[in-house]
Amino acid sequence: MTTITTSTKACTVNALKMSQPLGAALAFMGVRNCMPLLHGSQGCTSFGLVLFVRHFRESIPLQTTAMNEVATVLGGFENVEQAIVNIVGRTKPDIIGICSTGVTEIKGDDVDGYIRVIRKNHPELAHVALVNVSTPDFKGAFEDGWARATTRMVEALVVKPAAGTSRRAGRINVLPGSHLTPGDLDELRDIIEAFGLQPTFLPDISGSLDGHVPDDFTPTTHGGVAVAEIATMGQALHTIAIGEQMRGAAEAMQTKTGVPYTLFRRLTGLAPNDEFLACLAKLSGRPVPQKYRRQRSQLIDAMLDGHFYFGGKSVALGAEPDMLLNIGSWLAEMGCKISAAVTSTASAVLDQVPCDEVLIGDLEDLEAKAAGCDLLVTHSHGRQAAERLAVPFHRIGLPIFDRLGAAHQLSVGYRGTRDLIFTVGNLFIADLHEPTIATWRQPAMSPEHVGATSAAH
Amino acid sequence: MSRLADKIQDVFNEPACATNAGKSVKERKKGCSKPLQPGGAAGGCAFDGAKIALQPVTDVAHLVHGPIACEGSSWDNRGVKSSGSKLYRTSFTTDMSENDVVFGGEKRLFKSIREIIEKYDPPAVFVYQTCVPAMMGDDIVAVCKVASERFGKPCIPIMAPGFVGPKNLGNKLAGEAMLDYVIGTQEPEFTTPYDINIIGEYNVAGELWQVKPLLDELGIRVLCCLSGDARYHEIAQAHRARATMMVCSTAMINVARKMEERYGIPYFEGSFYGITDTSDALRQIAGLLIARGADPELMDRVEEVIAREEARAFAAIKTYSERLAGKKVLLITGGVKSWSVVSALQEAGLTIVGSSVKKSTKEDKERLKEMSPDVHQIDDLRPREMYKMLKEAQADIMLSGGRSQFVALKAKMPWLDINQERHYAYAGYHGIVELVRQIDKALSNPVWAQVRTPPPWEETSWETRADAANAAEAAGQDAAALPPDAAETEAARRAAVLCPCKGIDVGTVEDAIRARDLSVIAQVTLLTQAGGGCGSCKDKIAALLAREAATAPPPAQVA
Repeated sequence: MTTITTSTKACTVNALKMSQPLGAALAFMGVRNCMPLLHGSQGCTSFGLVLFVRHFRESIPLQTTAMNEVATVLGGFENVEQAIVNIVGRTKPDIIGICSTGVTEIKGDDVDGYIRVIRKNHPELAHVALVNVSTPDFKGAFEDGWARATTRMVEALVVKPAAGTSRRAGRINVLPGSHLTPGDLDELRDIIEAFGLQPTFLPDISGSLDGHVPDDFTPTTHGGVAVAEIATMGQALHTIAIGEQMRGAAEAMQTKTGVPYTLFRRLTGLAPNDEFLACLAKLSGRPVPQKYRRQRSQLIDAMLDGHFYFGGKSVALGAEPDMLLNIGSWLAEMGCKISAAVTSTASAVLDQVPCDEVLIGDLEDLEAKAAGCDLLVTHSHGRQAAERLAVPFHRIGLPIFDRLGAAHQLSVGYRGTRDLIFTVGNLFIADLHEPTIATWRQPAMSPEHVGATSAAH
Repeated sequence: MSRLADKIQDVFNEPACATNAGKSVKERKKGCSKPLQPGGAAGGCAFDGAKIALQPVTDVAHLVHGPIACEGSSWDNRGVKSSGSKLYRTSFTTDMSENDVVFGGEKRLFKSIREIIEKYDPPAVFVYQTCVPAMMGDDIVAVCKVASERFGKPCIPIMAPGFVGPKNLGNKLAGEAMLDYVIGTQEPEFTTPYDINIIGEYNVAGELWQVKPLLDELGIRVLCCLSGDARYHEIAQAHRARATMMVCSTAMINVARKMEERYGIPYFEGSFYGITDTSDALRQIAGLLIARGADPELMDRVEEVIAREEARAFAAIKTYSERLAGKKVLLITGGVKSWSVVSALQEAGLTIVGSSVKKSTKEDKERLKEMSPDVHQIDDLRPREMYKMLKEAQADIMLSGGRSQFVALKAKMPWLDINQERHYAYAGYHGIVELVRQIDKALSNPVWAQVRTPPPWEETSWETRADAANAAEAAGQDAAALPPDAAETEAARRAAVLCPCKGIDVGTVEDAIRARDLSVIAQVTLLTQAGGGCGSCKDKIAALLAREAATAPPPAQVA
């Protein structure tokens, strides 16, 4: 049984957590021609902007209501109104996603009320969708913000199909969690389309943040799912939600439109993908394509070849809940022991992570618990800990600012799992310790020691 | 070549080899290994064997005289460790070109030796002969002689071109080179009554170092280990040791025996695999040293160390034995003595359900039978047969060399590498605990359950097909085995169809082999048509040829 504890420290040292509004902003970046807008002081936006730029190595559309001291005290209506008018004037978006921050939440700004007034005052803005989501940064974490923004988009943008409308055959909604990369979404799209199904991803950062070179300069997002397409998601046959964080959005979709959903908590590993493909086969009425049978076989082979290097290794893992469950379960299935697990926020999946304890804490906690581990897995800020611990380091999640290709890191599907086995397995291989003439020269060695020393090899 | 031919004959005559001693003069002339099977060979060549035996010598330059195939495909692929020089891992080859083949490769060899000495300054250069220069007549012995004189460095010719025979013969020829050119050429600074040689230990994954601390503790000096973690000067001084332990008996028994003959150094065959074997080896080392003048109190100290280490090792193994008790092991091993690993595994509570005996001597087989009568002894190492064994024996894990790992892995069976490429050291008291730990690790890995789970959709796996094929084969054999009468049995056996494509039975092929003294599959096909269709029965023909060659009187010797 996994116990879940929360760090009792007053001071967070080397944070693992990213804030809620950033998660929400990233979700909005998965919508075409969108401008995410943080309602807060301009630092909230600029820090987030820099973080995303370093991670994705792309220009990032993100605006601010630039709250000053007076506006904060008196209320931010004018800042929100001005920001919206300016954004529409300058960048002509189809949608503006407004995410609150700590300061405006504390003040108690009624942004939904503001929007109603703005709609009345500015009929010329009627064509622009305005979606507001409450994401105070003193609550929750990145994946909560992503989940809330997606749920709000479902509630605000999906049109309830008129009574008697029949579902569109072959149309599938996919609600991916924030732990999936643009590369993961591309892979899922390929898999789903191979069954003859047409998926709509919400959010879809694969079109906007996949690191392509756009044809012209666009100040808003230059890819992703269109607002008009989101509106029709109510006509789909089925919704596939990936990650427990997306349950709320899937429920909202079902409540509003009656589209049933299937939730996959993880898509890394053999069994989860078996279930996923079986579900697609059922939804489409088609057999699993030869290509994926082949990939399944390749994955099995990779598991067999790789297990020698994973077996018995202890891994310290720091990630948001859904990522923690996904990667942690996969590592355990390869024979690793999760010796330390630290996460950013509470979640229904934490007690499913295959380890003794999940701590809601920081990278200092992770580093302390990681002593003696064979591998450290977390985002780029874990690099100092890995250096101090002198253990191999695998980067997952966000931010990854000191390596290329963060957007294309693949971990879903048979192929993604296979490649992940190779990547992580190679870290283990590169770290094999050579024996020396003194390795076994310990005359007073106790039997416990025998295991401990050999474990180092 | 005559020198080489004599040398090979000399090695075949090895009197210390138990198998050899039991043979007739005529049989002995034929050599100690089964004739190589064209189209059915899987083992390494004599060059491979020579290189394996000497590569662990760490500070010399190992220069392979031949085209790129010999060294290019094989360098730095073995996990033997060094506590000093790393030069043994640098690859040197003359990489002979067409030009060298036409005009002779001796000049290139000489220049190569010069370059190596100028750039790397090793204490010696070992020059390995290979098939192409051997055929051309490159006289590497002469080149080495001239080079040694010119550069003032020993250049040692290792005469074991691949075509002279299998790996095992190469081991012995490498030993001969050491006897002829190296051993006895230098004197140690001092000697003690506690100096020993260890022959046939290669320090794979550091295994020598698992035992050496105990020897150090006992004051026993390893004057020379041939060849694990060895330096050139240690081999040159090996003649001053007081006793020799032979670790892998088939590999270099000739060296141990000739050192006894030449320098009066007694030897024994022992093993560092398994707890009791390690203890026995320590006792025997002490016994031989005492017999040659060491203080008899050495034995008391040996017994003390043994008692302490055994207790420690058994305690460590016990922590696993609960989880491993009753688990079944299939052991497929070439280099490591089956019975020595068997005893080690039994100590851990594991059951051995089958063991390969392809490379074992008759003695080994009997000893294995004595130790565990239930063990199925396996001669046939074809992949499908191995898979059948895995299934029928219902083994939980297979221990084997790297090449057969994929049979186990594709059968989704746990597998552990116990041959030369392994990463873990399994010698001595520490090693056996490590082996048990690795078995436990392999067995407890969760991937097995996952990979054996069929996908939620329909599929015919290759396992199902292999099972069907094995079942069909077994049905055929059962039908043939039914008649109780011996003559009927024999008739039924001979009537069994060997080549389904051409409809040829076993008897026809056997008769042809006997009548015309055939030795090659192609001849059988030419005369009987068997094997002329899909070719899938060629393994069976090869088996018949091998059986007939073993039972029939040997034909005239082919030099």
